[in-house]
Amino acid sequence: MTELPETPSQTAGPFVHIGLTPGAARTGLLDLGTAIAAEGVPGTRIRIAGTILDGTGTPLRDALVEAWHADAQGRYPPDAADGFRGWGRAACDPESGEWVFDTIKPGAVGDQAPHVALWIVARGINQGLHTRLYFEDEDNSSDPVLNLIEQPVRRDSLIARRTDEAYRLTIRLQGDGETVFFDP
Amino acid sequence: MTFRPRDPARHPPALAPAYKTSVTRSPRLPLLSLDPGPTERTGPVFRPDDLGQMDADLLSNYGEAAPIGERILIHGRVLDGNGRPVPHTLVEVWQANASGRYRHVRDGYVGALDPDFGGCGRCLTGEDGTYAFRTVKPGAYPWRNTRNDWRPAHIHFSVFGTAFLQRLVTQCYFEGDPLIARCPIAQSIGDPVAVDALVANLDMGQTRPFDMIAYRFDIVLRGRRATWFET
Ligand SMILES: [Fe+2]
Repeated sequence: MTELPETPSQTAGPFVHIGLTPGAARTGLLDLGTAIAAEGVPGTRIRIAGTILDGTGTPLRDALVEAWHADAQGRYPPDAADGFRGWGRAACDPESGEWVFDTIKPGAVGDQAPHVALWIVARGINQGLHTRLYFEDEDNSSDPVLNLIEQPVRRDSLIARRTDEAYRLTIRLQGDGETVFFDP
Repeated sequence: MTFRPRDPARHPPALAPAYKTSVTRSPRLPLLSLDPGPTERTGPVFRPDDLGQMDADLLSNYGEAAPIGERILIHGRVLDGNGRPVPHTLVEVWQANASGRYRHVRDGYVGALDPDFGGCGRCLTGEDGTYAFRTVKPGAYPWRNTRNDWRPAHIHFSVFGTAFLQRLVTQCYFEGDPLIARCPIAQSIGDPVAVDALVANLDMGQTRPFDMIAYRFDIVLRGRRATWFET
Protein backbone atom coordinates (compact mmCIF):
# COMPACT_ATOMS: atom_id res chain seq x y z
CA MET A 1 0.00 0.00 0.00
CA THR A 2 1.23 3.51 -0.86
CA GLU A 3 2.30 5.56 2.14
CA LEU A 4 2.35 9.32 1.71
CA PRO A 5 3.64 11.45 4.60
CA GLU A 6 1.08 13.73 6.18
CA THR A 7 1.09 17.44 5.32
CA PRO A 8 2.74 19.27 8.23
CA SER A 9 0.62 21.30 10.59
CA GLN A 10 1.08 25.06 11.06
CA THR A 11 -0.46 27.43 13.57
CA ALA A 12 -3.86 28.92 12.73
CA GLY A 13 -2.39 32.31 13.63
CA PRO A 14 -4.09 35.33 15.18
CA PHE A 15 -6.57 35.93 12.35
CA VAL A 16 -8.22 32.48 12.22
CA HIS A 17 -11.61 34.17 12.59
CA ILE A 18 -11.67 35.65 9.11
CA GLY A 19 -11.47 32.13 7.69
CA LEU A 20 -13.27 29.92 10.17
CA THR A 21 -15.89 32.26 11.65
CA PRO A 22 -16.35 34.52 8.62
CA GLY A 23 -19.90 35.49 9.59
CA ALA A 24 -18.80 36.94 12.92
CA ALA A 25 -15.64 38.39 11.35
CA ARG A 26 -17.68 39.80 8.45
CA THR A 27 -15.46 38.55 5.67
CA GLY A 28 -18.37 37.77 3.38
CA LEU A 29 -19.32 34.13 4.12
CA LEU A 30 -21.72 32.61 6.63
CA ASP A 31 -20.54 30.75 9.72
CA LEU A 32 -20.53 26.95 9.74
CA GLY A 33 -20.96 24.88 12.90
CA THR A 34 -23.50 27.17 14.59
CA ALA A 35 -26.09 24.42 15.18
CA ILE A 36 -24.77 21.10 16.51
CA ALA A 37 -28.28 19.74 17.04
CA ALA A 38 -31.27 21.29 15.25
CA GLU A 39 -34.45 22.06 17.16
CA GLY A 40 -36.45 18.91 17.75
CA VAL A 41 -33.49 16.54 17.91
CA PRO A 42 -34.14 14.19 20.87
CA GLY A 43 -32.01 14.82 23.94
CA THR A 44 -31.48 17.13 26.87
CA ARG A 45 -30.56 20.65 25.82
CA ILE A 46 -27.33 21.72 27.47
CA ARG A 47 -24.73 24.44 27.25
CA ILE A 48 -21.04 23.65 27.58
CA ALA A 49 -18.63 26.52 28.10
CA GLY A 50 -15.21 27.36 29.39
CA THR A 51 -11.96 29.14 28.92
CA ILE A 52 -8.48 28.15 27.78
CA LEU A 53 -5.62 29.35 29.97
CA ASP A 54 -2.01 29.76 28.87
CA GLY A 55 0.99 28.94 31.06
CA THR A 56 0.64 32.25 32.92
CA GLY A 57 -3.04 31.61 33.70
CA THR A 58 -4.22 34.16 31.14
CA PRO A 59 -7.26 33.24 29.04
CA LEU A 60 -6.66 32.89 25.31
CA ARG A 61 -8.88 35.40 23.57
CA ASP A 62 -7.92 34.49 20.01
CA ALA A 63 -8.41 30.71 20.04
CA LEU A 64 -10.92 28.69 18.06
CA VAL A 65 -12.57 25.56 19.44
CA GLU A 66 -14.40 22.80 17.60
CA ALA A 67 -16.67 20.26 19.28
CA TRP A 68 -17.59 16.81 17.98
CA HIS A 69 -19.94 14.52 19.87
CA ALA A 70 -22.50 11.76 19.53
CA ASP A 71 -26.28 12.13 19.70
CA ALA A 72 -28.32 11.13 22.76
CA GLN A 73 -28.17 7.48 21.64
CA GLY A 74 -24.39 7.56 21.25
CA ARG A 75 -24.45 7.60 17.45
CA TYR A 76 -22.37 9.74 15.11
CA PRO A 77 -23.45 11.16 11.75
CA PRO A 78 -24.36 9.89 9.23
CA ASP A 79 -26.03 7.29 11.51
CA ALA A 80 -27.30 9.82 14.06
CA ALA A 81 -30.74 11.39 14.57
CA ASP A 82 -32.17 13.59 11.79
CA GLY A 83 -31.02 17.17 12.21
CA PHE A 84 -28.06 16.17 14.34
CA ARG A 85 -24.76 17.45 12.91
CA GLY A 86 -22.58 16.64 15.91
CA TRP A 87 -20.09 19.34 15.05
CA GLY A 88 -19.80 22.89 16.29
CA ARG A 89 -17.28 25.66 16.06
CA ALA A 90 -16.82 28.62 18.40
CA ALA A 91 -14.36 31.47 18.63
CA CYS A 92 -13.31 32.49 22.11
CA ASP A 93 -14.85 35.76 23.19
CA PRO A 94 -12.42 38.55 22.27
CA GLU A 95 -12.77 40.10 25.75
CA SER A 96 -13.38 37.28 28.24
CA GLY A 97 -11.91 34.38 26.26
CA GLU A 98 -15.00 32.27 26.91
CA TRP A 99 -16.12 29.62 24.41
CA VAL A 100 -19.71 28.37 24.40
CA PHE A 101 -21.63 25.58 22.65
CA ASP A 102 -25.38 25.00 22.87
CA THR A 103 -26.23 21.42 22.05
CA ILE A 104 -27.80 18.24 23.44
CA LYS A 105 -26.17 15.98 25.97
CA PRO A 106 -24.46 13.08 24.20
CA GLY A 107 -25.16 9.49 25.16
CA ALA A 108 -22.56 6.90 26.05
CA VAL A 109 -20.56 5.70 23.04
CA GLY A 110 -20.16 1.95 23.46
CA ASP A 111 -18.28 1.49 26.73
CA GLN A 112 -17.21 5.15 26.83
CA ALA A 113 -19.02 7.57 29.13
CA PRO A 114 -20.77 10.52 27.46
CA HIS A 115 -18.15 12.95 26.18
CA VAL A 116 -17.44 15.75 23.75
CA ALA A 117 -14.24 15.80 21.70
CA LEU A 118 -12.70 19.28 21.63
CA TRP A 119 -10.08 20.51 19.19
CA ILE A 120 -8.25 23.78 19.77
CA VAL A 121 -6.24 25.94 17.40
CA ALA A 122 -4.74 29.37 17.97
CA ARG A 123 -1.73 31.58 17.50
CA GLY A 124 1.17 29.86 19.26
CA ILE A 125 -0.39 26.39 18.96
CA ASN A 126 1.59 24.53 16.31
CA GLN A 127 -0.60 21.44 16.13
CA GLY A 128 -4.32 21.48 16.88
CA LEU A 129 -4.87 20.10 20.38
CA HIS A 130 -7.31 17.23 20.94
CA THR A 131 -8.95 16.90 24.32
CA ARG A 132 -12.29 15.77 25.74
CA LEU A 133 -15.03 17.07 27.97
CA TYR A 134 -16.81 14.65 30.31
CA PHE A 135 -19.77 15.45 32.59
CA GLU A 136 -19.48 15.40 36.38
CA ASP A 137 -23.05 14.12 36.78
CA GLU A 138 -22.37 10.98 34.74
CA ASP A 139 -20.68 7.81 35.94
CA ASN A 140 -17.20 8.18 34.49
CA SER A 141 -15.56 5.55 36.68
CA SER A 142 -15.25 2.83 34.05
CA ASP A 143 -14.55 5.03 31.03
CA PRO A 144 -11.63 3.35 29.25
CA VAL A 145 -10.14 6.62 27.98
CA LEU A 146 -10.19 8.35 31.37
CA ASN A 147 -8.72 5.19 32.85
CA LEU A 148 -5.79 5.38 30.43
CA ILE A 149 -4.66 8.46 32.33
CA GLU A 150 -2.00 7.17 34.66
CA GLN A 151 -2.40 9.78 37.39
CA PRO A 152 -6.01 9.80 38.67
CA VAL A 153 -5.62 13.47 39.64
CA ARG A 154 -5.21 14.40 35.99
CA ARG A 155 -8.54 12.83 35.01
CA ASP A 156 -10.25 15.79 36.66
CA SER A 157 -8.84 18.07 33.98
CA LEU A 158 -11.42 16.63 31.55
CA ILE A 159 -14.50 16.73 33.76
CA ALA A 160 -16.85 19.66 33.34
CA ARG A 161 -18.57 21.02 36.45
CA ARG A 162 -22.31 21.48 36.40
CA THR A 163 -23.46 25.02 37.17
CA ASP A 164 -26.92 26.57 36.86
CA GLU A 165 -26.40 27.69 33.28
CA ALA A 166 -23.74 25.40 31.81
CA TYR A 167 -21.30 22.57 32.17
CA ARG A 168 -18.03 24.44 32.60
CA LEU A 169 -14.49 23.30 31.83
CA THR A 170 -11.27 25.24 32.19
CA ILE A 171 -8.62 24.02 29.77
CA ARG A 172 -5.05 24.63 30.97
CA LEU A 173 -2.43 24.49 28.25
CA GLN A 174 0.49 24.07 30.65
CA GLY A 175 1.52 24.24 34.28
CA ASP A 176 -0.48 23.32 37.39
CA GLY A 177 -3.48 21.23 36.45
CA GLU A 178 -2.38 20.93 32.82
CA THR A 179 -5.21 19.45 30.75
CA VAL A 180 -4.75 15.99 29.29
CA PHE A 181 -4.33 16.28 25.51
CA PHE A 182 -4.55 13.29 23.22
CA ASP A 183 -2.58 11.90 20.31
CA PRO A 184 -5.40 9.91 18.75
CA MET B 1 -9.34 -0.38 10.16
CA THR B 2 -7.19 1.94 12.13
CA PHE B 3 -5.08 4.98 11.44
CA ARG B 4 -1.34 5.19 11.40
CA PRO B 5 -0.02 7.30 14.26
CA ARG B 6 1.05 10.82 13.48
CA ASP B 7 4.78 11.11 12.73
CA PRO B 8 6.03 13.84 15.09
CA ALA B 9 9.06 14.50 12.86
CA ARG B 10 6.73 15.79 10.11
CA HIS B 11 5.23 18.47 12.34
CA PRO B 12 6.42 21.43 14.37
CA PRO B 13 6.79 20.60 18.07
CA ALA B 14 4.34 22.29 20.43
CA LEU B 15 7.23 24.21 21.96
CA ALA B 16 9.26 26.03 19.30
CA PRO B 17 10.99 28.84 21.22
CA ALA B 18 11.93 30.87 18.11
CA TYR B 19 8.18 31.27 17.67
CA LYS B 20 7.78 33.06 20.99
CA THR B 21 4.03 32.69 21.44
CA SER B 22 4.42 28.92 21.51
CA VAL B 23 6.33 29.15 24.81
CA THR B 24 3.29 29.82 27.01
CA ARG B 25 0.81 27.96 24.81
CA SER B 26 2.52 24.56 24.54
CA PRO B 27 1.57 21.60 26.71
CA ARG B 28 4.59 20.40 28.71
CA LEU B 29 3.33 16.93 29.55
CA PRO B 30 3.32 14.23 26.88
CA LEU B 31 0.22 13.76 24.75
CA LEU B 32 -1.73 10.68 25.75
CA SER B 33 -1.75 8.15 22.92
CA LEU B 34 -5.23 6.90 22.26
CA ASP B 35 -6.41 4.01 20.11
CA PRO B 36 -8.89 5.76 17.83
CA GLY B 37 -12.46 4.85 18.77
CA PRO B 38 -15.80 5.86 17.24
CA THR B 39 -15.28 9.50 18.31
CA GLU B 40 -11.94 9.81 16.52
CA ARG B 41 -12.76 7.67 13.47
CA THR B 42 -15.88 9.62 12.52
CA GLY B 43 -16.09 13.26 11.56
CA PRO B 44 -18.47 15.98 10.45
CA VAL B 45 -20.14 15.66 7.07
CA PHE B 46 -20.67 18.75 4.93
CA ARG B 47 -23.08 19.16 2.03
CA PRO B 48 -23.03 21.45 -0.98
CA ASP B 49 -25.97 23.42 0.46
CA ASP B 50 -23.87 24.28 3.53
CA LEU B 51 -21.85 26.58 1.25
CA GLY B 52 -22.69 29.62 -0.86
CA GLN B 53 -22.31 29.70 -4.63
CA MET B 54 -19.36 32.11 -4.59
CA ASP B 55 -17.54 30.76 -1.55
CA ALA B 56 -14.55 29.42 -3.51
CA ASP B 57 -14.05 32.62 -5.50
CA LEU B 58 -12.13 35.15 -3.42
CA LEU B 59 -11.94 37.40 -6.49
CA SER B 60 -15.67 38.05 -6.24
CA ASN B 61 -17.09 36.80 -2.92
CA TYR B 62 -16.63 40.04 -1.01
CA GLY B 63 -16.71 43.29 -2.95
CA GLU B 64 -18.25 44.73 -6.07
CA ALA B 65 -15.10 45.08 -8.17
CA ALA B 66 -12.07 42.86 -8.65
CA PRO B 67 -9.54 43.03 -5.81
CA ILE B 68 -6.08 44.50 -6.37
CA GLY B 69 -3.22 42.04 -6.78
CA GLU B 70 -1.76 39.21 -8.77
CA ARG B 71 -4.64 36.95 -9.80
CA ILE B 72 -3.95 33.32 -8.99
CA LEU B 73 -5.63 29.94 -9.09
CA ILE B 74 -4.57 27.87 -6.09
CA HIS B 75 -5.58 24.26 -6.57
CA GLY B 76 -4.64 20.70 -5.77
CA ARG B 77 -5.90 17.44 -4.37
CA VAL B 78 -6.69 16.23 -0.88
CA LEU B 79 -5.34 12.69 -0.45
CA ASP B 80 -5.14 10.37 2.50
CA GLY B 81 -1.89 8.82 3.61
CA ASN B 82 -2.62 5.82 1.43
CA GLY B 83 -2.69 7.99 -1.69
CA ARG B 84 -6.44 7.82 -2.11
CA PRO B 85 -8.41 10.98 -2.95
CA VAL B 86 -10.62 12.34 -0.16
CA PRO B 87 -13.88 13.37 -1.86
CA HIS B 88 -16.55 15.81 -0.57
CA THR B 89 -14.43 17.09 2.27
CA LEU B 90 -14.44 20.70 3.41
CA VAL B 91 -11.41 22.85 2.56
CA GLU B 92 -11.34 26.36 4.02
CA VAL B 93 -8.81 29.10 3.31
CA TRP B 94 -8.04 32.55 4.68
CA GLN B 95 -5.37 35.02 3.77
CA ALA B 96 -4.09 38.59 3.75
CA ASN B 97 -4.70 40.75 0.71
CA ALA B 98 -2.02 41.72 -1.81
CA SER B 99 -0.71 44.35 0.62
CA GLY B 100 -0.23 41.79 3.39
CA ARG B 101 -3.21 43.13 5.35
CA TYR B 102 -5.95 40.97 6.88
CA ARG B 103 -9.56 42.07 7.08
CA HIS B 104 -9.49 41.59 10.84
CA VAL B 105 -10.18 44.05 13.66
CA ARG B 106 -6.87 43.21 15.30
CA ASP B 107 -4.65 43.61 12.26
CA GLY B 108 -3.07 47.05 12.59
CA TYR B 109 -0.52 46.75 9.76
CA VAL B 110 -0.07 49.90 7.66
CA GLY B 111 -0.64 47.89 4.44
CA ALA B 112 -3.87 49.03 2.80
CA LEU B 113 -7.19 47.24 3.20
CA ASP B 114 -8.83 46.40 -0.13
CA PRO B 115 -12.58 47.21 -0.21
CA ASP B 116 -13.04 44.34 -2.66
CA PHE B 117 -11.25 41.59 -0.78
CA GLY B 118 -12.53 39.63 2.23
CA GLY B 119 -9.82 36.99 2.27
CA CYS B 120 -11.99 33.96 3.06
CA GLY B 121 -12.96 31.00 0.87
CA ARG B 122 -14.09 27.41 1.10
CA CYS B 123 -15.22 24.49 -1.04
CA LEU B 124 -15.89 20.78 -0.95
CA THR B 125 -13.45 18.56 -2.80
CA GLY B 126 -14.66 16.78 -5.92
CA GLU B 127 -15.02 13.05 -6.40
CA ASP B 128 -11.30 12.93 -7.26
CA GLY B 129 -10.28 14.96 -4.19
CA THR B 130 -9.61 18.14 -6.17
CA TYR B 131 -10.18 21.65 -4.88
CA ALA B 132 -9.56 25.09 -6.45
CA PHE B 133 -9.79 28.70 -5.33
CA ARG B 134 -9.54 31.88 -7.38
CA THR B 135 -7.83 34.58 -5.36
CA VAL B 136 -4.99 37.11 -5.32
CA LYS B 137 -1.50 36.23 -4.19
CA PRO B 138 -1.20 37.42 -0.58
CA GLY B 139 1.51 39.89 0.40
CA ALA B 140 4.21 39.27 2.98
CA TYR B 141 3.62 41.04 6.30
CA PRO B 142 5.53 41.90 9.46
CA TRP B 143 4.60 40.40 12.82
CA ARG B 144 5.64 40.89 16.43
CA ASN B 145 8.10 38.17 17.33
CA THR B 146 11.60 39.58 17.11
CA ARG B 147 11.68 43.23 16.00
CA ASN B 148 12.05 42.34 12.33
CA ASP B 149 10.16 39.18 11.44
CA TRP B 150 8.22 38.95 8.18
CA ARG B 151 5.84 36.18 7.24
CA PRO B 152 6.39 34.74 3.78
CA ALA B 153 3.34 35.06 1.55
CA HIS B 154 0.98 32.33 2.67
CA ILE B 155 -2.60 31.05 2.58
CA HIS B 156 -4.03 29.40 5.69
CA PHE B 157 -5.76 26.06 5.03
CA SER B 158 -8.18 24.05 7.16
CA VAL B 159 -9.09 20.49 6.07
CA PHE B 160 -11.37 17.87 7.64
CA GLY B 161 -11.06 14.46 6.00
CA THR B 162 -13.44 11.72 7.12
CA ALA B 163 -12.23 11.24 10.70
CA PHE B 164 -11.91 13.89 13.41
CA LEU B 165 -8.35 12.69 14.06
CA GLN B 166 -7.43 13.82 10.51
CA ARG B 167 -8.35 17.43 11.29
CA LEU B 168 -5.57 19.65 9.98
CA VAL B 169 -4.78 23.35 9.91
CA THR B 170 -1.74 24.44 7.95
CA GLN B 171 -0.32 27.16 5.72
CA CYS B 172 0.72 27.05 2.10
CA TYR B 173 3.73 29.06 0.92
CA PHE B 174 4.83 29.97 -2.60
CA GLU B 175 7.72 28.60 -4.61
CA GLY B 176 10.80 30.78 -4.60
CA ASP B 177 9.95 32.98 -1.61
CA PRO B 178 13.19 33.88 0.24
CA LEU B 179 11.23 34.57 3.44
CA ILE B 180 10.34 30.89 3.93
CA ALA B 181 13.88 30.06 5.07
CA ARG B 182 13.78 32.98 7.55
CA CYS B 183 10.34 32.32 8.99
CA PRO B 184 10.29 31.00 12.58
CA ILE B 185 6.82 29.53 12.00
CA ALA B 186 7.68 27.65 8.80
CA GLN B 187 11.04 26.63 10.23
CA SER B 188 9.45 25.36 13.45
CA ILE B 189 9.16 22.21 11.33
CA GLY B 190 12.63 20.77 11.70
CA ASP B 191 12.70 18.66 8.54
CA PRO B 192 13.38 20.69 5.35
CA VAL B 193 11.65 18.03 3.25
CA ALA B 194 8.52 18.53 5.34
CA VAL B 195 8.75 22.33 4.98
CA ASP B 196 8.94 21.82 1.24
CA ALA B 197 5.63 19.94 1.35
CA LEU B 198 4.00 23.27 2.29
CA VAL B 199 5.29 25.09 -0.79
CA ALA B 200 2.86 25.53 -3.68
CA ASN B 201 4.56 25.18 -7.05
CA LEU B 202 3.96 27.21 -10.15
CA ASP B 203 1.71 25.13 -12.41
CA MET B 204 1.91 26.43 -15.96
CA GLY B 205 -0.36 23.61 -17.13
CA GLN B 206 -3.29 25.04 -15.19
CA THR B 207 -2.45 28.71 -15.71
CA ARG B 208 -5.30 30.51 -17.48
CA PRO B 209 -3.76 32.61 -20.29
CA PHE B 210 -4.42 36.36 -19.92
CA ASP B 211 -6.24 35.67 -16.64
CA MET B 212 -4.55 33.83 -13.75
CA ILE B 213 -1.30 32.16 -12.83
CA ALA B 214 -1.85 28.74 -11.24
CA TYR B 215 -0.13 27.26 -8.19
CA ARG B 216 -0.52 23.66 -7.09
CA PHE B 217 -0.73 22.59 -3.46
CA ASP B 218 -1.62 18.98 -2.61
CA ILE B 219 -2.67 18.09 0.92
CA VAL B 220 -2.15 14.70 2.55
CA LEU B 221 -4.19 13.68 5.57
CA ARG B 222 -3.42 10.80 7.90
CA GLY B 223 -3.90 7.36 6.37
CA ARG B 224 -4.95 4.00 7.60
CA ARG B 225 -2.64 1.25 8.63
CA ALA B 226 -2.43 -1.72 6.33
CA THR B 227 -3.80 -4.86 7.94
CA TRP B 228 -3.77 -8.47 6.92
CA PHE B 229 -7.47 -8.19 6.26
CA GLU B 230 -7.16 -5.32 3.83
CA THR B 231 -6.32 -5.92 0.18
FE1 LIG C 1 -1.24 34.58 8.27
